[in-house]
Amino acid sequence: MKNTNIKKLLTITSFILASSLLHNVAVAQQKNDPKFNKMMADSFRADGIAGLDRIQQDETQKFCSDPVFANSKQGEKMRDKIQKINMASIKQPSDGKYIGDWKKGEAIAQSGRGATWTDKADTVIGGGCYNCHQIDPKEISYGNIGPSLTGYGKLRGYSQEVVTYTWNRINNSKAYNACSNMPRFAHFKLLNEQQIQDVMALLLDPASPVNQ
Amino acid sequence: MQRKFTLGLASGMMAALLTISSSVSAQKSATDDIAKYREMIADGNPSELYEAAGEDLWKKPAGPKNATLEKCDLGLGPGVVKGAAAQLPRYFKDTNKVQDLESRLMTCMQTLQGRDPQEMIDAPFQKGPKKDMEAIVAYVVTASKGDKIKVSTNHPKEKEMYELGKRAFFFQGGPMDFSCASCHAENGKRIRLQDLPNLTEQKGAAMGWGYWPAYRVSSGQFWTMQQRLNDCYRQQRFPFPIYGSDVTIALSMYMAKTANGGTVETPGLKR
Repeated sequence: MKNTNIKKLLTITSFILASSLLHNVAVAQQKNDPKFNKMMADSFRADGIAGLDRIQQDETQKFCSDPVFANSKQGEKMRDKIQKINMASIKQPSDGKYIGDWKKGEAIAQSGRGATWTDKADTVIGGGCYNCHQIDPKEISYGNIGPSLTGYGKLRGYSQEVVTYTWNRINNSKAYNACSNMPRFAHFKLLNEQQIQDVMALLLDPASPVNQ
Repeated sequence: MQRKFTLGLASGMMAALLTISSSVSAQKSATDDIAKYREMIADGNPSELYEAAGEDLWKKPAGPKNATLEKCDLGLGPGVVKGAAAQLPRYFKDTNKVQDLESRLMTCMQTLQGRDPQEMIDAPFQKGPKKDMEAIVAYVVTASKGDKIKVSTNHPKEKEMYELGKRAFFFQGGPMDFSCASCHAENGKRIRLQDLPNLTEQKGAAMGWGYWPAYRVSSGQFWTMQQRLNDCYRQQRFPFPIYGSDVTIALSMYMAKTANGGTVETPGLKR
């Protein structure tokens, strides 16, 4: 009798141990895997503007390629670090101007072109905003990977705080959410300063159709 | 002739439907119209033209050895085409590799017909030797239509390929930080009006894997899985994935295994 109790206790203890071990394994950061690295290195070739440097990950990409760890409690410190790195890379507008021309901003938001191996180095890169966001309510062809931005300024107001936050978010969304799905438009020079000012206007000019 | 006319008419109606829907119904997914189009041409998916050409190519002697592909082993034994695609990718003992349909067909073309696989790898999609490959793929996948997707990870190399594919699925890179997961890891997501299957779950993976290769209405072309993956990577802003490379096979393994139990609906009909 006593023996069976001890056995039971042992089984339970080992079960708890094993499951806590498993839990730890599941949230530890993904290890470097030479086989995986070799597969990636051997599987791609450069084509036009799309060079092999594009699969050399920076710290943010590496961290976000492991969503189990990135979203875990253990990943919190690293998340903060990644956000700080990205925040530090953001430059405020050199001419002090945050708001450009919303009509140009709408054109940038519409275009999802550029930066693929079938594009040229001088192909104008679009913001591709409608791929993921609802913006001007008249545009019915919009995606939903990101939140709706319809009524953006009207809902949030036009304070300097909102303006700066929005500027930062478009420049480098990872400053606020380490693994945001949104491209880092300034960091990778997808949009230049003037283009970002124009997209800002689409969201934050009271005259923009977004805010009607 | 009759069929071509019907197809042309259906394509025209499809275009009309899409135009009407985009001007009247807000936020309506294009999926409904694709469904209508599917019904219209249910008796004649344009892929049938590719399939017929593929069957001819399968049975016609070709290459330096002037041999047919009729003894090609796609996993179920030499010459067995029926049901083979439903169980690919899989491990092959003769090559000691996990292969998808297209890399396996390259092996058969090399060993049976004496053709150089590099010519196939280098050819652009829809042209030259790739055109033949596309037709043969259409022939092979049609012979699994209605079967259950049944991919094994029992062999250690299959299991390894699955794990590599899963890791590749989440691998971010390029100037937009995209991975496959950026678009295909959540339910109910769209790019513009295009629905995105969640490929990390059985249901979504079956919607994706189960319907490719497919005839694409927008381009009027039959697309193999290799071409589908290639264009995904193009839009991810990655460098060019080499035809039949391990990353393409690993991703196929991850999707196919996740889709297990779903139905093979290939050749599908896509936007």
